[in-house]
Amino acid sequence: MVRALINCPKTAKKGEVIEIKTLISHVMETGYRPGADGKVVPRDILRRFTCRYAGQEVFSADLFPAVAANPFISFTTVATASGTLSFTWDGDNGFTQTETVAITVT
Amino acid sequence: MIRLVLPAALLATGFALAADIPANERRSGFDFMSSSTQQMQRDDTLNPAMLWVAEGEAQWSEAPAAAAKSCASCHGDAVGSMRGVAARYPAFDERRQKPVDLQQRINLCRETHQQQPALAAESRPLLGLAAYIGLQSRGLPVSPPQDARLQPARSRGAALFNTAMGQLNFSCAQCHNDNWGHRLAGSPIPQAHPTGYPIYRLEWQGMGSLQRRLRNCMTGVRAEPLPYGADELVELELYLNSRAAGMTVETPAVRP
Amino acid sequence: MNRLQVTRRTALIGSMSAASLLVLRPAAFATPTELAGAIAEFTGNQPVQRGRITLDLSPLVENGNSVSVSVKDDSPMTQQDHVTAIALFTEQNPQPNVIIARLGPRAGRAFLNTRMRLATSQKVVAVAGFSDGTFWSDQVEVIVTLAACVE
Ligand code: HEC
Ligand code: HEC
Repeated sequence: MVRALINCPKTAKKGEVIEIKTLISHVMETGYRPGADGKVVPRDILRRFTCRYAGQEVFSADLFPAVAANPFISFTTVATASGTLSFTWDGDNGFTQTETVAITVT
Repeated sequence: MIRLVLPAALLATGFALAADIPANERRSGFDFMSSSTQQMQRDDTLNPAMLWVAEGEAQWSEAPAAAAKSCASCHGDAVGSMRGVAARYPAFDERRQKPVDLQQRINLCRETHQQQPALAAESRPLLGLAAYIGLQSRGLPVSPPQDARLQPARSRGAALFNTAMGQLNFSCAQCHNDNWGHRLAGSPIPQAHPTGYPIYRLEWQGMGSLQRRLRNCMTGVRAEPLPYGADELVELELYLNSRAAGMTVETPAVRP
Repeated sequence: MNRLQVTRRTALIGSMSAASLLVLRPAAFATPTELAGAIAEFTGNQPVQRGRITLDLSPLVENGNSVSVSVKDDSPMTQQDHVTAIALFTEQNPQPNVIIARLGPRAGRAFLNTRMRLATSQKVVAVAGFSDGTFWSDQVEVIVTLAACVE
């Protein structure tokens, strides 16, 4: 199953500020919603998002149930050197997913 | 179970009814949305439907079982072979001798050409394939087939569109032909064009088919929604497609 | 029976879900004190001033399930002068926290864009922490209209 989409430029000039957009498939079940049987559906959310540039954390976020389903997060980073950007989502019920993209900096 | 009793006069007029929206006044549901929801559809990097499209694309070239062929091994690259296909569905199916919509067509290939069980209505894999195939028609005009065998079903769809239903006793036409642009409980009533399906609907927090959308409108007037795959739903889809002929395919659209 | 007539079952489901909405939802809403508490926890009880940052979201929202929201500031994002965190809060969701983002000079710009849920019309508050230890905020009152035909 394809779970996440990352939109990030493949190439950038050194020092350029690049915008990164991420989307991931996830229900973000709030834990406040009654199900068909009237009982509250247990919470199942992503709790943390981390972006690392060549292994070093450059952006992170703690997510709460009020983040919309199929979370979209967009932020910026400075293109410092050619390398790998990694994106990790961690959540309830042992959820973890990492995606990587390569960037060439000139 | 008694089927709907249709006024003979309605059936006789075929699908061009008196109160139809004139061609030059037709507008996609997109035009009735807020600019931020429009932006979500316009920019693929913002559109969560692309998550489903990506899944459909991956499935296209995967064999569902060791002995089965992938979609790609028969149809090749979808970008070429599926161009314009979604724009002309529902279409007449020879084997079933009746109209089928795109998702039923996909399942026919699953069953006859891949010897696999049909994918469940509204399942991720089925919506993914439909969205991926639909994307290959994005920007093309809705092109209902000029196939005389579809005509009786299309007329039945038109008649159903004009039949009052449910506890509220409203017909589709009363809202979508006579009152489009007005507000209902805060939401603008669109013209009911099927140009963006399957869609990512904010209300669903996910992707859904045109049949799901039609069932929502039936629930809205407190009628029991027709079951997924019902001939009447395909007939409605057929009629909606001819009513939207020439409008631009938007799949995968976003709707509130 | 006519297939398109309302049945007892759908009528019952309709009234049941309306009732459960009335009972469950308002009881679960956060209060202005919870909002203040969540902000105080984020700032470590530091004072928050209005201004500097810009919270951007449409004041009229079609569906509270997914509302695009962005926060920005024109901080130079240098080692000496940058935004360290951006957080979003609501007054009347079941819980006031939405997201807490941590950033620094490597972000290049002080910017966050995400999509959030709004249980009802209410106030959304953004607070950003700066490298000099100050906290700044902006807020928007949002009206949420809901879809008419739902399942
Ligand atoms: C009481 C008014 C009403 C009736 C009756 C009604 N609808 Fe709708 N319909 C709406 C509204 C309002 C929307 C917009 C979405 C929303 O807010 O629920 C909509 C949306 C739609 C859409 C989605 C259009 C798009 O842009 O994606 C289609 C298709 C549709 N209706 C078809 C039908 C059909 C077919 C029927 C009859 C079976 C029907 N509707 C009956 C009010 C109605
Ligand atoms: C063994 C070959 C084979 C495989 C595998 C196959 N198909 Fe088909 N497909 C066909 C044939 C042949 C037709 C023409 C109609 C017919 O004879 O069934 C067709 C028709 C179609 C059409 C309608 C095209 C049109 O122009 O109307 C679609 C859409 C489609 N297939 C999708 C798929 C998808 C999606 C898959 C994978 C899940 C798939 N097919 C797998 C052979 C195949």
